[in-house]
Amino acid sequence: MRAMVYRGPYRVRVEEKEAPRIEHPNDAIVRVTRAAICGSDLHLYHGMMPDTRVGMTFGHEFVGVVDQVGPSVRTLRPGDRVMVPFNIFCGTCYFCARGLYANCHNVNPNATAVGGIYGYSHTCGGYDGGQAEYVRVPFADVGPSVIPEWMDDDTAVLLTDAVATGYFGAQLGDITEGDVVVVFGAGPVGLTAAASAWLMGAGRVIVIDHLEYRLAKARSFAHAETYNFSEHADVVVLLKKLTDHRGADVAIDAVGAEADGNLLQHVTSAKLKLQGGSPIALNWAIDSVRKGGTVSVMGAYGPIFSAVKFGDAMNKGLTLRMNQCPVKRQWPRLFEHIRNGYLKPTELITHRVPLEHIAEGYHLFSAKLDGCIKPLIVPTAA
Amino acid sequence: MAYTPDRPPLPESPEELRARIPGWGADLDPADRPAVPKEVYDPHPYGAVWDFPERQPEHWPRERSIEHAFLTPVFGTSCPPRGVSGAIRKFAYRRYSEGRAAHWLLLVGADRVDTLGSTLRSFATRHPDNPITETGILAEFKHHGIRSRRGQKRADLVHQPLDLVIVSWPWIAAGVLGFRTVRRLSRRVKR
Repeated sequence: MRAMVYRGPYRVRVEEKEAPRIEHPNDAIVRVTRAAICGSDLHLYHGMMPDTRVGMTFGHEFVGVVDQVGPSVRTLRPGDRVMVPFNIFCGTCYFCARGLYANCHNVNPNATAVGGIYGYSHTCGGYDGGQAEYVRVPFADVGPSVIPEWMDDDTAVLLTDAVATGYFGAQLGDITEGDVVVVFGAGPVGLTAAASAWLMGAGRVIVIDHLEYRLAKARSFAHAETYNFSEHADVVVLLKKLTDHRGADVAIDAVGAEADGNLLQHVTSAKLKLQGGSPIALNWAIDSVRKGGTVSVMGAYGPIFSAVKFGDAMNKGLTLRMNQCPVKRQWPRLFEHIRNGYLKPTELITHRVPLEHIAEGYHLFSAKLDGCIKPLIVPTAA
Repeated sequence: MAYTPDRPPLPESPEELRARIPGWGADLDPADRPAVPKEVYDPHPYGAVWDFPERQPEHWPRERSIEHAFLTPVFGTSCPPRGVSGAIRKFAYRRYSEGRAAHWLLLVGADRVDTLGSTLRSFATRHPDNPITETGILAEFKHHGIRSRRGQKRADLVHQPLDLVIVSWPWIAAGVLGFRTVRRLSRRVKR
């Protein structure tokens, strides 16, 4: 089969690779019809995530058609059109039994601090991802869902991570009616978090980014008030002034590792790999939220320590809430919001890249060319 | 004002927001929001019929965190460890827990060794690494590389030249090394 493979930092290519096979009785093999490049794939692409091996296929956002099923699979059949959450989870371990599907203990031998994720390094279990013609889907009875007939593949693929995670980020903020919510980062996740904050009753939603085209999308897609931090000497002072010197009630970090805005942090993290991520956005969130406020983090950070301003968080009495999104748990409510027209995920899609040109897709997305917000990958066999 | 007890007034009332924003307040009641990660015990919500899943066969000694009691019942088989990088990875997993910086720094180091070794190995194949196609740099010409950056205060423009150095230095170093090796060999032949 044709598949994207990692060749080293900033280098990927498409090559012929052995097709995946059933390795566990509850596996399925899915023929991919749509995949996407996620902002967190860029952390792998840039060599930020430990144990990212040459030859790995990335891609944790994908949908497709079931091609084969293992002998113990009962709920799926070949030919079913399925959406697959980015988390791999068993459904019954201590953590899954408590709804923490992103924290499943039975799928990632390489680490206990993170669950299994498709195509996300061996730190996340060493599973190949969906930027390929076929992908192995473990626990086929548990993770995937048949795509509702009314939903197209483009919407479904965005629900496998970006949109679910954005909604989850707003949920982690414990927003109450009239809250002032500030969202750092206007990528697909931040945009969805901002739009979701309104659904939860926010009174004011502010989005911070440095790319004008993304801020324009934040105004149209998420009806948000926007500020370009590059045009202000100090974003924390700006936000304090905007909120009567009190601070926002909820701050959402939708940026994660490799945040721009502070060269020192960026060089020590993204370039020298001395930090698990540049925590500049997280530090801005801690500093700009009000005392007693809530900071929600669903931007992805690596396992190496980062220089986070924990003292400020403690002294301000903040609630810090964070996790990888338990995607499947979000779907029923998100389906309702999409059917009601409250969220329109496909408005986030800006580019469609054939799998054979995926290296250019990565560069396009990484360098933020051509107004790119969300690139979809279309395999040849799709 | 933060200096008095009252909450600052909002620019718009809930009624105005409801009129302007589709779905405003649809999830105002927290009961309508999917509750995770607030833990709710529900052991078999989706289709799992096991309490402990059947175990995937281990076809080679699969590396695992020493924080795990045993190999998890399901695991990825993407890229088994190999060569020098594989030896470093196995050592990092065997010796250090995830709580030790050495564990992660060794793995990051192994990644770099893996990249270098794989690139060198690729030159002995029919599909050698190609820095032009694999970096996707051609997208600069197809997707308005200059226009996407010109006249904007993008914070990432400060470090993007650094990215170029990071990507190209191994290729430049390999070129210089190759040139010097060829020159040295040709001088020896002439003697």
